[in-house]
Amino acid sequence: MNLLQRVWRSSLGKKYLMALTGLALFGFVVGHLVGNLQVFGNPELINSYAHFLKSKPGLLWGARLGLLATVAVHVGAALTLSAANKAARPVAYAGGSAYGSSWRSRYMLVSGLVIMAFVVYHLLHYTVQLPAVNGGLDFHSLTTRLADGTQVQDVYAMMIHGFQVGWVSLFYLIAQALLFIHLGHGLSSMFQSLGLRNHVWGPRIAAFAQVASFAVFLGYASIPVAVLTGMGGDYVKNLKKAPTTTIETLR
Amino acid sequence: MATLNSQIPAGPLSDKWEKHKFSSKLINPANKRKYKVIVVGAGLAGASASATLAELGYEVHNFVFHDSPRRAHSVAAQGGINAAKNYQNDGDSVHRLFYDTIKGGDYRAREANVHRLAEVSVNIIDQCAAQGVPFAREYGGLLDNRSFGGAQVSRTFYARGQTGQQLLLGAYSALNKMIGAGGVKSYTHSEMLDLVVVDGHAKGIIVRNLQTGEITRHSADAVVLATGGYGNVYNLSTYARGSNVTASWRAYKRGACFGNPCYTQIHPTCIPVSGDYQSKLTLMSESLRNDGRIWVPKRKEDCKKNPADIAEGDRDYYLERMYSAFGNLAPRDVASRAAKYVCDEGRGIGDTGLGVYLDFGDSIRRLGEGKVRERYGNLFSMYHEITNEDAYKTPMRIYPAVHYTMGGLWVDYNLMSNIPGLFVLGEANFSDHGANRLGASALMQGLSDGYFVLPSTITTYLANVKAGGRPATDRGEFKQAEEEVRNFTRRVTSNNGKRTPDSFHKQLGKIMWDYCGMARTETGLQKAIQLIGDLREEFRTNVKVLGEPDGLNQPLEKAGRVADFIELGELMCRDALMREESCGGHFREEYQYTPNDPEVQQGVVNTGDVKRRDDQFAFVAAWEYAGAPDKAPILNKEPLIYEEVKMSTRSYK
Amino acid sequence: MKVSLKVWRQKNANAAGEFKTYASPELNPNMSFLEMLDVVNEELSNRGEDPIAFDHDCREGICGTCSLVIDGKPHGPHKGVATCQTYMRSFSNGDQIVIEPWRAKAFPIVKDLVCDRKSFDRIQQAGGFISVRTGSAPDANSIPVPKENADLAMDAAQCIGCGACVAACKNASAMLFVSAKVSHLGLMPQGQPERYKRVKAMVDQMDTEGFGACTVTGSCEAVCPKEISLDFIARMNRDYAVALIQGDPKQVVGGGAG
Repeated sequence: MNLLQRVWRSSLGKKYLMALTGLALFGFVVGHLVGNLQVFGNPELINSYAHFLKSKPGLLWGARLGLLATVAVHVGAALTLSAANKAARPVAYAGGSAYGSSWRSRYMLVSGLVIMAFVVYHLLHYTVQLPAVNGGLDFHSLTTRLADGTQVQDVYAMMIHGFQVGWVSLFYLIAQALLFIHLGHGLSSMFQSLGLRNHVWGPRIAAFAQVASFAVFLGYASIPVAVLTGMGGDYVKNLKKAPTTTIETLR
Repeated sequence: MATLNSQIPAGPLSDKWEKHKFSSKLINPANKRKYKVIVVGAGLAGASASATLAELGYEVHNFVFHDSPRRAHSVAAQGGINAAKNYQNDGDSVHRLFYDTIKGGDYRAREANVHRLAEVSVNIIDQCAAQGVPFAREYGGLLDNRSFGGAQVSRTFYARGQTGQQLLLGAYSALNKMIGAGGVKSYTHSEMLDLVVVDGHAKGIIVRNLQTGEITRHSADAVVLATGGYGNVYNLSTYARGSNVTASWRAYKRGACFGNPCYTQIHPTCIPVSGDYQSKLTLMSESLRNDGRIWVPKRKEDCKKNPADIAEGDRDYYLERMYSAFGNLAPRDVASRAAKYVCDEGRGIGDTGLGVYLDFGDSIRRLGEGKVRERYGNLFSMYHEITNEDAYKTPMRIYPAVHYTMGGLWVDYNLMSNIPGLFVLGEANFSDHGANRLGASALMQGLSDGYFVLPSTITTYLANVKAGGRPATDRGEFKQAEEEVRNFTRRVTSNNGKRTPDSFHKQLGKIMWDYCGMARTETGLQKAIQLIGDLREEFRTNVKVLGEPDGLNQPLEKAGRVADFIELGELMCRDALMREESCGGHFREEYQYTPNDPEVQQGVVNTGDVKRRDDQFAFVAAWEYAGAPDKAPILNKEPLIYEEVKMSTRSYK
Repeated sequence: MKVSLKVWRQKNANAAGEFKTYASPELNPNMSFLEMLDVVNEELSNRGEDPIAFDHDCREGICGTCSLVIDGKPHGPHKGVATCQTYMRSFSNGDQIVIEPWRAKAFPIVKDLVCDRKSFDRIQQAGGFISVRTGSAPDANSIPVPKENADLAMDAAQCIGCGACVAACKNASAMLFVSAKVSHLGLMPQGQPERYKRVKAMVDQMDTEGFGACTVTGSCEAVCPKEISLDFIARMNRDYAVALIQGDPKQVVGGGAG
């Protein structure tokens, strides 16, 4: 058997894959967050960042496909393991179950699946920019000019508009809360799965997982909260009058 | 009468084993695989024997009634295992271990066997360490030792408070290795219910699968019993509930002699009985006596007081007073009997008055609570769990309980019983501990028998048996034995009785403890024989076993075991009655030192110490079944001849 | 005190089981849980009802035979003890106690509360040993073991093989058990030659037996009567990763003929 087969056929091998892909996805979550947090700067900042990404289609699509594969492995391993886990306990206990387990660990599958559903929605929302998932607004119509005069998509406006829709922000916040649960367990248990944990590092890793997952939550949640409390409101209002944008579609 | 030949090799004691190994026949490796050996039991002796015989190339079939070989009761030994390594440079040697064991056994063990045990002890530690047994170690990485159970040298190797489990896991791992390699076929949930004897040789067993109820016949070239001791005859003991005498007893009924059945060890440091529902007595490791001091109040009136309110001057540290050289570390039989004396005087403590204090107050003051916790923390928490008392604050309450049986099936130097082809190892045989076993010696004997002695002595028998010549299981002897097993099952499951096997067991236990326990008398034993005879009769007519014989039926298992215990109990009483002396764990009130004896006046022993009668009783009593439970068994005597050690009065003063 | 018991009754491996409720007779709070069952069984027998089958042996917490999930927790309410070391004083007069067997595909039920744990034996037969022949061992002190390693190995070796970890785990995973066995031997210098072969063989057998995977919920550690640490699972995972990457050893052909 080759290495990949050996890994996939063993329950522990799959746990390694879960851990490694989880780590990669965490890397993406952090990178994406850093990118998004630029929304708190001048609109030019995030717009030029978005433009930079789009101007490197090779890199962008490479990253997208890489992420897709990572997600596929992460989810594939999770679903097969979880099916095996369910089969290992054919009859449930009547007197209560999962004594002594950490509560987050019990919701990994459900939090993961909801997060995945959110990611699909999120992609439709901001990447495919389907008007139907955003109360009818076509994001393609939002463009602006950078200082050097390049015409680019107005990502800043997209974000503000997007999060001004109450239920969009709510779904976003729920997904972030679930991500917080998912990472709080996943970030520490990936070390356990990979065997990079002992009695000295165990508590430190657990603390890191708490802090990191909460920081990620705060970071992401800050954006819709800021938008809902007024951030960028003036920008999009002004935008409606600016000649370079197609204000008609903004209704 | 049975013919008993101990087969002790000639020559100087320290050369006997070496010489015997050389003179034993060898079997060529290609032939070994043609021999099939049945091993019953997978404790230290059974697992080590199975693994080693399989390594040598024999086809081994191992049977246990447990659901896994790892659960055999060797697992519960706490304290440690002795070996004459002299790693501590404190004057230990093979000879000293030999001498201590002979003396500790009150001069009722065979010299040659004991010397071999002491010789082999050093190899056991090597073997176990190589298997990865996590013995306690010093900071330099070398093995640590402690002094234990009345020894004045530190020769005990240990693994926290669970040496038994760790050694058993070592033997079990060796067994697993050979099961995995195909050398051993393992039968779990399989209880041996009869021995099959063909033409005078042990050639097979009848087994009931406890999960399915299926009864099967198994034939072999030799049968090895490593089925442990029979202390559960007392119902309340430190034994596991499942420990039983059935395999040994059925062998006895097929002609194997039972050696010294009355030699029972009562362990001094157990948690006292708390009520009549009790199923089990829990041992607190003897190591506690290294730092705990045993006492009772000097005055009866103080017994119900809170121990903290009893002044130092009003306490009687009776072991220190009576045995100044050994003090609280006096051997088990001595310490147990002393506890009985003080309780008989009405100075026992606790609700029942059957208890003494084991006090760590002094040690905590001297060493600090931290150190005591480090040494005994697990035992203290176990005590707390059971009694709901905190032994750091108030003294532990302890009382003696049945712990080990030195008696067992009679075997010769080759560990073969008087039935050719039937070998008996470990606690199931009678051979090495005489009338009292020293602490940390049971593990040593089990492993010695299994790893080193049997694999070398079994060839003496097998070499004279035609390779591949074992009988087929459709022979009449197998059929008949199976039929007898089925008859018993049929009888007890269809009996319209009123009483559960458990209730008989309780009643038997009480009779045994009252009349054949720590102190025995002629009239008491006679009464017990009478009572047990009646009980046997009542069991036959009034036992009730519910459920079907097919499938798991725990009351049925129990019924078979209790029936055998009842018959054994009677034999024990007969042996105790016959042995008109006191020695080691066997104490006949009629034979004890009195103030008029010169030994007491010279200060060698105390009043009330055991009085041996070497001129008349320096022999092994090997009892032979007379063909029916109500017929008096036949007594065979194997004289004990001491070439090296002079029999003397055992003194721990 | 008196309690009422809601007990799983199942005639045999193939029969369907169900809960039955029994009222206990008067109990003493100092009884052990198993002694309470003895008393209940004695009464059932006297009434002509089949007594409740349950596993037990040493009754001092070391043989690993007793099981029972008591009110949803394997080995009852206390930490660091087995069912046999659980006492009735931990319950209150009038309590209803739910008693169930270990539930796992790899531990099929034999009858009532008794299950079959042979799968644990098979995992150990696959590699849970150091291959040393009797008689071939060097002097015990020729293999020094650093005290810290010996102590840690002992922490792992305390496992009594009861299966509570499997019973508690929502995935019925045997990782704590297997990791304790692997770590005990893997921490000792004697165990090094077979270290990676061992972990590979044991984990693969564990998978074959139908135990679930570890999702690090911590239930196993919480119910373990010997309080064996999750750290050993990490240790095993580390070794298994090495074994996985190394692949199977080269097959040697031929030998010492001649």
